[in-house]
Parts: sequence; structure tokens; C-alpha cells
Amino acid sequence: MYKKRLYLLFIAPKRDNYDMKEILSGNEAIARGAFEAGCLVASAYPGTPSTEILENVTNYKEINSSWAPNEKVALEVAIGASFGGARALVCMKHVGVNVAADPLFTASYTGVRGGLVLVAADDPEMHSSQNEQDSRNYAAFSKVPMLEPADSAECKEFTRLAFDLSEKFDTPVMLRSCTRISHGKSIVELGERKTDLPAPKLVKDAPKLVMLPGNARVRHPLVEERSIKLSEFGDTSNINRMELHSDEIGIICAGVTYQYVCEALPDASVLKLGMVWPLPANLIREFSDKVKQLFVVEELDPFLELQVKALGISCHGKDFIPLCGELSPGRIRDAFAKAGIAESVEESSLQNIELVPPRPPNMCPGCPHRGVFYELNRANAFVTGDIGCYTLGFMPPLNAMDTCVCMGASISMGSGIVRALPEEEQKRVVAVIGDSTFLHTGINSLMEMAWNKAPATVIILDNRITAMTGRQENPASGYTLSGEEASEVNIPELCRVLGIRNVRTIDPYNLEETRQAIIEEMNRPEPSVIITNRPCCLIKGADRFRKSTVLEVDQGKCTGCKACLRIGCPAIEWKPNQNGDRGKAFIDPLLCTGCTICQQLCKFNAIGGRK
Amino acid sequence: MSNPVTNILLVGVGGQGILLASEILSEAFMLAGFDVKKSEIHGMSQRGGSVVSHVRFGNKVFSPVVPEGHGDILFGFELLETYRYLPLMKKGATVIANDFRIPPPSVLLGQTTYPENLSEKIKTAYPDFLLVDGQGMARKAGDTRAANTVMLGAVSRRLQIADGVWQKAIEKMVPNKALEINLNAFSMGRSL
Repeated sequence: MYKKRLYLLFIAPKRDNYDMKEILSGNEAIARGAFEAGCLVASAYPGTPSTEILENVTNYKEINSSWAPNEKVALEVAIGASFGGARALVCMKHVGVNVAADPLFTASYTGVRGGLVLVAADDPEMHSSQNEQDSRNYAAFSKVPMLEPADSAECKEFTRLAFDLSEKFDTPVMLRSCTRISHGKSIVELGERKTDLPAPKLVKDAPKLVMLPGNARVRHPLVEERSIKLSEFGDTSNINRMELHSDEIGIICAGVTYQYVCEALPDASVLKLGMVWPLPANLIREFSDKVKQLFVVEELDPFLELQVKALGISCHGKDFIPLCGELSPGRIRDAFAKAGIAESVEESSLQNIELVPPRPPNMCPGCPHRGVFYELNRANAFVTGDIGCYTLGFMPPLNAMDTCVCMGASISMGSGIVRALPEEEQKRVVAVIGDSTFLHTGINSLMEMAWNKAPATVIILDNRITAMTGRQENPASGYTLSGEEASEVNIPELCRVLGIRNVRTIDPYNLEETRQAIIEEMNRPEPSVIITNRPCCLIKGADRFRKSTVLEVDQGKCTGCKACLRIGCPAIEWKPNQNGDRGKAFIDPLLCTGCTICQQLCKFNAIGGRK
Repeated sequence: MSNPVTNILLVGVGGQGILLASEILSEAFMLAGFDVKKSEIHGMSQRGGSVVSHVRFGNKVFSPVVPEGHGDILFGFELLETYRYLPLMKKGATVIANDFRIPPPSVLLGQTTYPENLSEKIKTAYPDFLLVDGQGMARKAGDTRAANTVMLGAVSRRLQIADGVWQKAIEKMVPNKALEINLNAFSMGRSL
């Protein structure tokens, strides 16, 4: 027996009349491809733009799918399933591959038993990321093949092919997506699930699966031979194809960039690579011989370009194609026009509109993080931050985050920074981390901080969900990916067993309590942890305030002091110059959740329950 | 860039239901036999930020993203956001906007004011401009939450797709209990 948590996450089309043609996002298509390939086990840690792959895999009951606490664990779950003989899928965003890199590099040596596919979703332009690293480098570095689909149909087909190649060549296979592929939608023909795969079973094979030096030395040459065979496969497989048009310009490209090139330069001949590592050397030579001028057009690093040049073939690429950010048909056309290779195109009519106020993302009305950042700002803390919704605490008017590097870094960086500081400054250092991020890679950091007695303060913003990526369960939320009830990590107890003596839990909707806790723990010359105990206001069970009291501003009592504006709540609006006075605050009753933070800030009792 | 593709941009504020509207559009184009691609950004933009969704259809669509300056129809859910994305549109593009304002953070904080006369400015640059009282018409249809569907109806007039196809797409994407109100809202928008 298990209880299901109600999900409102998906806008899933009703599927009462089964149609073989659907519009799917790249992520949905990858999930579908894994289903059709006979995949049995899938694991991931959520990360934009990869998150929806696993959320869609879980719709296929034939696949055992689950969230892992981090990407390294997710990959190891998948490697284990593969070693057991099952086809296994693991998904992550580009920076997740950094976390999973340790097992990846050695799984390259062991190879697989059941097919093993790692999806890495890059984020050129950093729509939702802290860097725009190019995952293709990992394929070359770890010596595993990488496929790169150019639309949703290819996402599905390449995922199926990746499983086949994984078993045929005895290697993990990486599938690289990017934001425009994962979150782009296009038409996909659905197929049937493969059912003729051997059943998983335990097989002892130490020379292949135990990577001690003696065994690994035998495996390494096999890895190098494998790369040569894969390159030969790429020469003849239709995964790489030439589309010959004019012989003036030839362009090598892959993934979504292929679509941009077809649109920007319709007359050019194209070598579209579906496998971006290892490269099909003979096919590239053949293509290069067919065109007068050879170009490589790719987003981010000159990954293909350097390899083409290493083959002794001269070509152009990053000498005029932008290195940073996303490409687009317009940017490619502009680059070719500026280089004098293509004519420029008359574009747009209205380029100069007047500047209008920006609309950056903000914490939601009723977010339990808001009061904490307000008090951190007041306490003049130096906040080492982390990755999650709460990173928005750096935005004005809260202005209460001073660093953000990677998952889990808040605590360890706080621990490091206090070592460099005089005692008075040490007190100001507060690390802020969410529950999911703490469980991802913050635990080791807190262990270090306790062990080495770093006198920083840690605040764990426990909102009981992985909020930023769209509210995914985590090991402390009490539910699994499929909504089954599950064990819950007891975060306060975990902090104590790691060696933190000062652990206290506070209600972040109580500003006075929050302020007291922050000041006391900042002043304590030893490691301490404060845990906030209110769930994300977007999850079920968090709406108790909304029902009780939506707040309003008593316009007679409001003096226009603007104290309530200092929390940056989207529900509070400043309306200037009402009847000649200096202006007053208003609360939007449709947005207010009744969290009372603004009420606690009003010295004139002007904010109260709506009558 | 001569391939005849129609480029639609849907813009507004995170949480306004832009994704569902672009899903219905894409579904209708597929049902009508076109190639369709769509692209948007999830993640950060959910948190009340500015959102843009690209939908493109034609016999063959390559890029999922509308090339800058090539937008044919701008479908605005909020006035300021409609204005913000005008530079993506081609000369003579159609602009259909909801007469609805959501103040951005700097306006909420009293640091600046919500820009005035936006609809006049849009009309001057793009004479083919339709301002729709989405919320008001949706209220008449039975629920203000159907404002997007009113807007979708208004946009549908500019697209050569049959009534039956729209109905099928809406039926597929909208939950049964809200279907009648949404079909009403759609036909109200479509008769504008």
C-alpha cells in the first residue's frame, strides 16, 4: 500500500485515442526512446534543461525510475543496472556531468553488460545555469561515443540507437542535448517497445568489472581500439550524412546548429554529424574534397573544428563564429555576412524601442525564504550561497547573497573563508543552502566544517522539495519520483551526527525568531546550523495561510514609509501620489498568501487580515 | 531564409499559462498537416519572469527559434511584455495583445512607473494591432482563467485553419471539466 502525492506538474495531453504521431519535447522524446529501446532502469538528479526526461520516463511503468541524491549516485545506479544486464538510462544537466565524472571515466574502461546511456543537457546562453561548459569535451576526455540529436524525432531515434551502440561496442554512450533541443517541441512518430532483450542476471566477470590496475591495463587498449572502430562506424552509418547543394560552401555541423545552418544558409552543402565523438575521419575528408570552402559551425567550444584541423584539413570556424552563448539563424547569417561570405539580410522593422522596466524572476509571494534573506541583509552577513530558488536572494531589495559557485559549495566555501579572516569578520559568514542541495553535495561540506571546527553559521532552507527545477522529490521530502511514500532524511539529526553541536530549527515566517537565531548563531564562535521548517508555498500542505488570512493595507493607517517594500514581495505594490500624499502600499489579494512577513514589518499596524 | 514558414511568438509573464496556449497552437498546426516546431525556456522564467515561446509552422521547419526580425504574429498576454518583444517582429507583423498589466518588480517597489500609452505606441509601429479584453470576455464565458483561450480565438482568425481542427486541439489539451468554458471562450475570441 502506498499513498500518492498529487502532481500538478505536467501539462500532459490526454491520450484516449492513441496516435502514432505526437508533438514531443526533446526530453519527452528521449524518454520515449528509452521506453522503445527496452530500457529497464533510469536514474537522474533534476537539473534544467534535463529534468523532464525522468519525469516522463516515470510514465512508462516498464521502467524502474527514481531520483538520486546527486548525479554521481545516479550514474552509479545506472552502471549497476547495466552490470546486472539491464538497459539503463541516466540523465543530468551539463554541470551534473562534473559530479558524475568519477564513475564515467572508469565505466568507459569496464564497458557495459546491458546498454548504458548518459544524457547530458547543455545550456548555451545559461538560461538556467552558472556556466556554459560544453559536454562534448567529456566524450573525448572519457573516450565514450557521443550522439547529438537535432530535433525531437532524432532524440527518440538516437536514444534507441545509443542503447544498441552501447552493447555493440561495449561502451557507455553519451547523448548530448541542449536547451533548444530538450525544451523544443517537434513531431515524432512513435514506435513499439523492444521486447527481445536478454533477461538481467548476475554474471561474474572480474577482468572486465573489477578495475584494479592489472585489469585496467588490459582494458585501456580495448578502449582505444573501440574509438577507432566507432570512427569507422561513423564513416558509413547514416547517423552522419552529407546534404550536397552548392560546392562553394561546405559546413560541418551537428545538433540544433544544423537547423540554424539550414535556415541561414540554404544553398550551402552540409555534413550533418549525428555522432560528434569519435569523428568519421574518412567522411570528413570526402566532404572536404567536395567543397571549395570548408566551415565548421558549432555552439560553444571549437570542438569539431579542432579535430577537423587535426586531420590536416583546413577550415574556418571560431575565427568568425561566436564562441560564447547560443547561436541562431540570425547570428550565423550575420557572422557569414560580416566575414564577406554571404550577403546580409534586411531584418526587422523596429529595432529601437524605448527601454522598459526589466522583469527578472523573483521569489514567489509567500516564499518561506524571503524573511530569512531580509534578516541576513539586516544582520550585515556575508552570505556564501548555493544553487536553487534561494539564489534569487541576491536580487534587490534583499541583496543578501554574496557568492554562488556550484551545488554544495556554500558550506565548504563558508568554512574556507572564515579561515582567512580575523575573528570579527568570521562572525559575518553565513552559508545558505536548500534541503535538496544539502543532500546533493552539502553533507560532505558540513562534515568538513564540523571536523575542522570552522566557526561559520549554516542555514538550511528546508522547504521539503527541489523547488527551482519544478518541485521534484528528494530524500528528505518523504516521497519517491513516482509519488510513493518513502523514508525521510531527518536533517537536524543528520547535522548532529556529522558533529554539529548547535542545531536549531526555526519558523522562517516569524521574523523575530529568525532574527534572534541568526544573530545568536553568527556570534557563536563555533560551527552551528539553523534549519527553517516551512514548505515551498507551491506544494500541497503549504496553503494553510492562504485559507486563513489574505492581508490588506489599511489606507488610513499607511504612512507610506515603504518598510513593507523592503522584502520585494510580488504581492505588494507601491502606488505613488494618491491625492497629493507621498503614496501608499497596496496588497494584491489574488497573490497574497497571508505569510505575514510584511505585517510584522509594519510599525503602524496598517496591515491586517482582509475583511 | 525563403522557406515559407509562419512565425508566432507568445509572450507574457511566468505563470500566465503561455505554455498551454502554445501547446494548443502547435497541436492544431500538426492536426492541420503542417510541420511544427516550438521552443521556450523553463526554469528561472517560471518565477514571475518574462517568458517567450516560439511556435513555427510550415511545410518544413528547421530552427525551433524564430529568427530575430522575422516574427509574423505576436501574441501578447501582458502589455509591457508585448511591447518588449516588438523587435523580434518583421515589418507589418500582426500584434494581438491582452489588455492586461502586471507590474514588474521596479514598479512594485515604486522606483519607476508602468510605462504609459503602450497600446498607442504598438499601434503606431504595427498598425495591424488588436487589443483584446481577455479577462472581461473570459468572465462572460464563465471563468476569467479562460482569458488565454479568448486570446487564442482572436489569434486563430489570422490563421487558415478550420474550426474543427481548433476544437480537436482544445479537446486534446484542456481538461474535461474546463472544456465547455474554454470552447466558449475560444469562439468569443474567434468572432472578434
